[in-house]
Amino acid sequence: MKKVKRIVSMVLMIGMFSGTALSATEIHWWHAFKGRLGTLLAEQVDQFNAAQSDYKVIQNRKGNYSETLNAGIAAFRAKKHPHILMVFEVGTATMMAAKGAIKPMYKVMSEAGVKFDPDGFIGPVKGYYTTTTGEMLSMPYNSSTPVLWVNRDAFKKAGLNPDMDLSTWQKVGAALDKLKSSGNKCPLTTAWQSWVHLENLSAYHNVAFATKENGFAGMDTELVFNGPVQIKHIQAMGNWAKEGKFIYAGRRNEGGKAFRAGECALYTESSAGYAGIKKNAEFDFEIRHLPYWEGVKGAPQNTIIGGSSLWVLSGHSTKEYRGVAAFLSFLSSPVIQAAWHQNTGYLPVTLVASQKTKKSGFYDSNPGTDIAGIQMTRKTPTSVSKGLRLGSFDQIRGMIDEELESVWSGKKTAKSALNNAVKRGNVLLRRFESSNR
Amino acid sequence: MEKRVYFKGWFLPALLITPQLLITAVFFFYPAGTAIWWSLFNPDPFGLSTKFVGFANFDYLFADSYYKESFYTTAIFSSLVTLFSMGIALYLAVLADRLIKGAGIYQTLLIWPYAVAPAIAGILWMFLFDTQTGLISWYLGLLGYDWNHLLNETEAMGLVIVASTWSRVSYNFLFFLAGLQAIPRAIIEAAAIDGARFWRRFWTIIFPLLSPTTFFLVVMNIVYAFFDTFGVIHTITKGGPGQSTTILVYKVYSDGFVGLDLGSSAAQSVILLIIVGLLTILQFKFVEKKVHY
Repeated sequence: MKKVKRIVSMVLMIGMFSGTALSATEIHWWHAFKGRLGTLLAEQVDQFNAAQSDYKVIQNRKGNYSETLNAGIAAFRAKKHPHILMVFEVGTATMMAAKGAIKPMYKVMSEAGVKFDPDGFIGPVKGYYTTTTGEMLSMPYNSSTPVLWVNRDAFKKAGLNPDMDLSTWQKVGAALDKLKSSGNKCPLTTAWQSWVHLENLSAYHNVAFATKENGFAGMDTELVFNGPVQIKHIQAMGNWAKEGKFIYAGRRNEGGKAFRAGECALYTESSAGYAGIKKNAEFDFEIRHLPYWEGVKGAPQNTIIGGSSLWVLSGHSTKEYRGVAAFLSFLSSPVIQAAWHQNTGYLPVTLVASQKTKKSGFYDSNPGTDIAGIQMTRKTPTSVSKGLRLGSFDQIRGMIDEELESVWSGKKTAKSALNNAVKRGNVLLRRFESSNR
Repeated sequence: MEKRVYFKGWFLPALLITPQLLITAVFFFYPAGTAIWWSLFNPDPFGLSTKFVGFANFDYLFADSYYKESFYTTAIFSSLVTLFSMGIALYLAVLADRLIKGAGIYQTLLIWPYAVAPAIAGILWMFLFDTQTGLISWYLGLLGYDWNHLLNETEAMGLVIVASTWSRVSYNFLFFLAGLQAIPRAIIEAAAIDGARFWRRFWTIIFPLLSPTTFFLVVMNIVYAFFDTFGVIHTITKGGPGQSTTILVYKVYSDGFVGLDLGSSAAQSVILLIIVGLLTILQFKFVEKKVHY
């Protein structure tokens, strides 16, 4: 009996010791990626965990972007929140306003003594997540910008030269006429209609989306995307929809299905559609710059980003924050960044990663993958082309979606739909302002 | 003088109803109370600062024309779903009740869809009617009909009604079938001997005797159409196109969970609570009088 006891206690002790040896500090990361992106994200985490033994990052998918943000907020209220939360660009203003809930990234880095240079990030990406006083609040993770995807085979089938100039909407319009008349069932489709055809359209033509520098300069911002440029574009899209040249597929990226299946000739979608299109498309495809309207002064300016950044939440221990700093610094390292860019089509968010990719000859063997980067950085962003910072923006986008749908179905003119969207959105902006004052 | 059976003391009855009271308190009174409390505040999403605003959340809602429209949408959606799912279920139950051979198989197959959760039912119907890859929309295209529930409001409403109805027919069928089988055969046979044809027997004997079941199902189906159809709408239309399929409960979700506007969302759930409460009271007060037990 005594012997048994001794063995049991020995086993217990060994278990305890090995337990302490193995128990690295856990860092929880909640994100919104599945499929190929989810696999690539998990690989980054595994790589970090294998490279050191002090910290163990545990990643968890919490649904789509909105659901992830929501899960993080609900967890914060219940005091069971993760260390790192992936928040899409639309939620940036919400996070920035939640001063007590976040721990700014620059602080996490400086407290942990990790060297961190915000100027290493490319301008438009950095600007999006930095305060007006130059403090970087979150760590850019995946950033993309909309481009034009071309199905070259569909062009050939319609008797069009696939190398034709598609840099302006006027020229795209002519191509759509030809595609339609030759029997193409889906000349043009889009993903993320508000992001591509209003938010980016505005920046690309150097017109304001909202006052106060699109919300960067204050919460008392008002929407103004019902100007002549936006009305002209949405009305043109509405006319194309009526004539069967623009096929509406849904509010997110539902249109990708038909494009990847080879049914659509043109598709406006994020540069990050690359991974999926490259994997599935059984036709000759090409990436082009997003078209602009010829004759608009200042166009083409630059496009703006979509995607997400990583926010560090408050209320954890110093030791854990040290782990967070180590992990974030690992994520922004050139090797990780360059691989992420090349595998996904997301932008290289650091300058070093961009140069590294260029040097490796990736752009020569994968033509078009550098278009997104060029489109974003070829001009210095103006006060209305550096991005958007609007509260309740997910909900405002929902309203824009609703109003745009009424244009595509011919129920409303572009002018009345955009006026209405502005009016409805402004109510939400005032509500956001009052709840965060 | 009526004879009443009663128990002495209060301990045993109290003990017996405690579990039910606890469940009601935890799963109904507590959340409902919280919703009423929050409806008077305008909190930021993280709960860092909470400002008392009185009835401002309600004023804000009733100033919103889309919210008023949502009432109308909900009324149409709920009444059509209730009508169709009960009508079809009753018809099928009457037919299944008359079967002599293979009744078990038919009844089992008709009950199957009940095992499908509304969200899954939504996905199944979406596969059939997807504007680009759907089987039925493809056949409709061959017939020259351009199905597009992403932009056509009537088609969108029709599709969510059909999907919601489909996933509810089984439940109603089950209750109607049980109700039919509880009607004494002797009465029906007597009527048959007197020369009453089937439909006459149905309207004068069966339907009135079924009225307790029908009444119960009306209450349950309205509650279903108000709340449980969320999954169907979320998977098929997400409330669109425009807000044409945004029923009240979907708006509670989209304002609270997408828009992170908890004050308004709480106010909406309070209004919803009041509406469903009123509807149920009205039904018990006026409709129940016509029910024969």
